[in-house]
Amino acid sequence: MYPSRFGYESPKTVEEAVALLDAHAGEAKVLAGGQSLVPMMRLRFAAPEMIVDINGIEGLRYHRVEKDGSIRIGALCRHEDLEADDAVAKAVPTIAAAAPLVADPIVRTRGTFVGSVCHADPQGDWAATMTALGGHIVAQGPKGKRDIPIADFVIGPFQNTLAFNEIAVEAVIPAPKGVRVGNYLKLERRVGDFATASVAVSLDMVGDTVADAGIALAGVGGRTINANAEASALIGKKLTAENIASVAAAVAAAAEPRTDHRGSADYKRQIVKTFVERILLGLLNSSQKAA
Amino acid sequence: MALDEIKIGGLGASRRRVEDNRFIRGKGNYVDDIVLPGMLHMELLRSPVAHARIKSIDVSKAYEIPGVRLVLTGEMMAARNLAWMPTLSYDTQAVLATDKVRFQGQEVAAVIADDPYIAKDACQAIVVEYEQLPVIVNPFQAMEAGSEVIRDDKENQPGNKVFDWEIGDKAATDKAFAEADVISKMELHYPRSHPSPMETCGSIADFNRATGKLTVYMTSQAPHIVRAAVAMVAELPEHMIRIVSPDLGGGFGNKVPIYPGYVVSILASILTERPVKWIEDKTGNLISTGFGRDVYLQGEMALRKDGKMLGMRMKTISDHGAFYADAQPSKFKIGLMHSAFAAYDLPAAHLESVGYYTNKAPGGVAYRCSFRVTEAMFFQERMVHAAANDLGMDQAEFRRINLVKDDMFPYRTAFGFLTDSGQYGKCLDIGMKAIGYDTYKAEQAEARSRGKLLGIGISTMTEPLGAGNSREYDILGIKMFDSAELRVHMTGKAILRTGAMNQGQGHQTTWAQIVAHELGIPADDVTVEEGDTDTAPFGMGTYASRSTPVAGAAVAMVARKIRAKARKIAAHLLEVSEEDIEWELGRFYVRSNKERGVTIQDCALAAYSNMPDGMEPGLENNAYYDPPNLTWPFAAYFVKVEVDAETGVWDVLKVVAVDDCGVRINPMVVEGQIMGGLTEAYAMASMQYQTYDEEGNCIGSNYMDYLLPTAWETPGFELHEVVTPCPHHPIGAKGVGECATVAGPAAFVNAVVDALGHLGVRNIDMPMMPNRVYEALTTGKDISGMPPVKMGD
Ligand SMILES: Cc1cc2nc3c(=O)[nH]c(=O)nc-3n(C[C@H](O)[C@H](O)[C@H](O)COP(=O)(O)OP(=O)(O)OC[C@H]3O[C@@H](n4cnc5c(N)ncnc54)[C@H](O)[C@@H]3O)c2cc1C
Repeated sequence: MYPSRFGYESPKTVEEAVALLDAHAGEAKVLAGGQSLVPMMRLRFAAPEMIVDINGIEGLRYHRVEKDGSIRIGALCRHEDLEADDAVAKAVPTIAAAAPLVADPIVRTRGTFVGSVCHADPQGDWAATMTALGGHIVAQGPKGKRDIPIADFVIGPFQNTLAFNEIAVEAVIPAPKGVRVGNYLKLERRVGDFATASVAVSLDMVGDTVADAGIALAGVGGRTINANAEASALIGKKLTAENIASVAAAVAAAAEPRTDHRGSADYKRQIVKTFVERILLGLLNSSQKAA
Repeated sequence: MALDEIKIGGLGASRRRVEDNRFIRGKGNYVDDIVLPGMLHMELLRSPVAHARIKSIDVSKAYEIPGVRLVLTGEMMAARNLAWMPTLSYDTQAVLATDKVRFQGQEVAAVIADDPYIAKDACQAIVVEYEQLPVIVNPFQAMEAGSEVIRDDKENQPGNKVFDWEIGDKAATDKAFAEADVISKMELHYPRSHPSPMETCGSIADFNRATGKLTVYMTSQAPHIVRAAVAMVAELPEHMIRIVSPDLGGGFGNKVPIYPGYVVSILASILTERPVKWIEDKTGNLISTGFGRDVYLQGEMALRKDGKMLGMRMKTISDHGAFYADAQPSKFKIGLMHSAFAAYDLPAAHLESVGYYTNKAPGGVAYRCSFRVTEAMFFQERMVHAAANDLGMDQAEFRRINLVKDDMFPYRTAFGFLTDSGQYGKCLDIGMKAIGYDTYKAEQAEARSRGKLLGIGISTMTEPLGAGNSREYDILGIKMFDSAELRVHMTGKAILRTGAMNQGQGHQTTWAQIVAHELGIPADDVTVEEGDTDTAPFGMGTYASRSTPVAGAAVAMVARKIRAKARKIAAHLLEVSEEDIEWELGRFYVRSNKERGVTIQDCALAAYSNMPDGMEPGLENNAYYDPPNLTWPFAAYFVKVEVDAETGVWDVLKVVAVDDCGVRINPMVVEGQIMGGLTEAYAMASMQYQTYDEEGNCIGSNYMDYLLPTAWETPGFELHEVVTPCPHHPIGAKGVGECATVAGPAAFVNAVVDALGHLGVRNIDMPMMPNRVYEALTTGKDISGMPPVKMGD
């Protein structure tokens, strides 16, 4: 790997890191897991002047389920940390389902949840997952911390709303309104591939009634597709084969796929529809079994 | 007492691979591991566009970067008559572009600098002005009247055609079609793929002005051919050229051709008088070096109602990229394509082949393919599948009727090859039993009732390996034999060198086993060396599954020469005449008294300390082996799949492979070769292909887009063996390196097409990506990447 020349700093605190970003006025890049940034530097698509490596900052590799059921994910929480955790699986099944489908096992030991959301790849699994779940990113800059709701954070392909001198220190997934269920399905061409199409679904259930619903898509548009509006048709209702079919159709219509070597736009829509149906029917079946 | 052959690591021993010891400890020695004093680093600037005239190249900015020593352009190569070089197919290839660039990734300039970072920076600083030309990305565009001529550098170049060729008996074939009850047709595209070895290509050229000697460490599967070519092209005396191939991180045919980077690094070393290292990056390897396939195949089969094959017409249209640089040694323009149907008792056949230039990377026969046997066998097995269906016959039964029977050998194929041995029916039986063929129709019906589509695919073939015999096979006039040299030291240990070149096949392990088998010297006592042209005997290298058939035979033959001399020494030591001596593994003894004997080690010591009067001292020899015929292993593969009708995703339920590669030197190594090949077959069938957009941009330029399967999705394989020794090979081996890559893909495609058969689908071109399978199963139409071409014109 022969990237362009770059400087490297390994600060010990978030404050130092922020100061470095500030000093380099937009020419510096945060390095978290490096699983997106480093390949881009290898290809010389990215040529930052300064790398601010946050891996030396203590206290950022954590994820915890709070008493109210909300989840806090620190900036250095790796994909594999989420994959291996039963508490996460119970609290947010959608994250547990997505984790083993992100990249490959090697990448998952380094790549971070927060870094992935920051990267805002339209094919990224975590931006879609978090969009379906809601919540916010905690950003820290020279003037302190602020919360950015996820819908306002990932705004386009590879675009987030952090200022050049801000670091995303934490992602927060809100507490469920009832029992949280959900799933993540991804069509990939092989392990380690980005999504041809993937679907994140999260429902908060009170009894057999949907109290909250979120759906988001990866791989089927120039940005992460937020289909929460389409999902909201389920709120206040029980799941039925009929409303599942109609939501699946609506979500497929909300996708913005393009025809490419992974398949035609129509095919990708078909996958979205099938996956939404499969996830929701699966949730319906397991709730019926449980009852 | 004769030695236990398995214990000494002889024939049939699954001896652990000697080379793995260093590989798994990170102690391999690859080209990039070699560091020479004062070494400079070279980086190539490649064309970003597929077809353009070069208007100007400005290198001044590159020279401004500190640490840049030399910038080479096509013009500077031309001044030394090195802008173009010959290819192994008697065409020419640009070393650094002068007039035009003809494919994306073509070499345009080279920077030689103190380190590779500087060289890369300097490449970015070179300004090239291109005037874009129309781009041709497939042979159908290439053949259009009035299309842009890619090779305007060549005199008398007829449009974009590379060659036009035919073989077979046209009249007999026409007659067969006239008598046919049923005519079955098939057309398909075998897409381009890249072998993508883990290690890319690279070289370190070290020209020493004081001695006049040029040493090149490089990634070559055929170092001696390189030496010959360098002697011809660079006009350096052959004894002053030393080519060293150290450990190779895979080759698969990708490292047979001679690439511009090697040539430029040599000139750079001559000009700078410093060693110059060039290590291609992954993208450079994927977009510019030897690929495989990219052939459109079509054909029709004449059949009798009862299932008997009568005749076959085949046509191929091949895409060779910008330069005809196939590294194939036969006199046949499209390699051994006419080995198609060699396993079947087919009375008449005819093949027409046309090749075209396109604006894509050159070099068409890489990737474990025995010179286009891969395309031939893939087409054969897709055609056979379709023909059985058209007759309404069972796949296995149709094959059984038509496969050459055991008592028909030697069998002359319709295209003129001579196959010599095999038990095809037995292999078929074993495979059918293992896959559960007798219950599968019921299973298929049951699965369909659940909305699941189940299919079984079969592929049976024999392929020609071990080029060649010197009558028909040569490279640049050098005959396709191979060689071995064996020195037995006085303590009975030995060193063996061959003209082959290991790149993962395990020669260090298996050659020693042949010596153990022939001489009774434990395999652990035999060092094997290859790849250094100053020490190894001349040989043609390793590709086309030729090492065991040719170099392996030479190893047996040289060991036999050693044994013959040792026998004389034994007679001397035992004080009897040679006629009274018998041999058993590792030992000569007196026929009348088995107790009285000497070991091979005793003879070795005597060769240096107590030789008979008049005998030359020492115990060493060499052998050059020119095989009397090709070798013909047989493979029967079975794949069972289930297709998800809502997504087109298909899962492999089972893979059964029955291989008859003759005598197995090291069964474990053989199985490794088969599993590797089956993995590649699965790769071709499911995801691995090199494709281009309309502007000639290579889509698969890195591993996010050029898909190789990983251990996660690759299915498991169940392996079975049948052994029919090769009648003409000294130890009965037939070669196995490519069988699974060659015969495997059709088994996967046949399985998926079988699953969709009831929907009217006859073909899905590889790779069978889920979207393509979905389209086929929802429309009932074939998914063929092939624009319509009329038959027989
Ligand atoms: C082979 C391979 C396959 C992959 N497959 C998938 C896949 O299937 N699905 C998928 O979703 N992803 C995939 N990825 C990407 C992977 O998940 C990355 O880990 C992830 O996108 C980025 O996380 P990271 O921690 O590695 O970020 P980095 O690469 O370190 O950074 C990415 C970007 O985000 C910025 N950034 C990172 N952290 C912060 C922060 N805390 N604050 C502010 N800015 C920050 C960086 O400056 C940079 O611009 C794959 C990667 C590879 C190499």
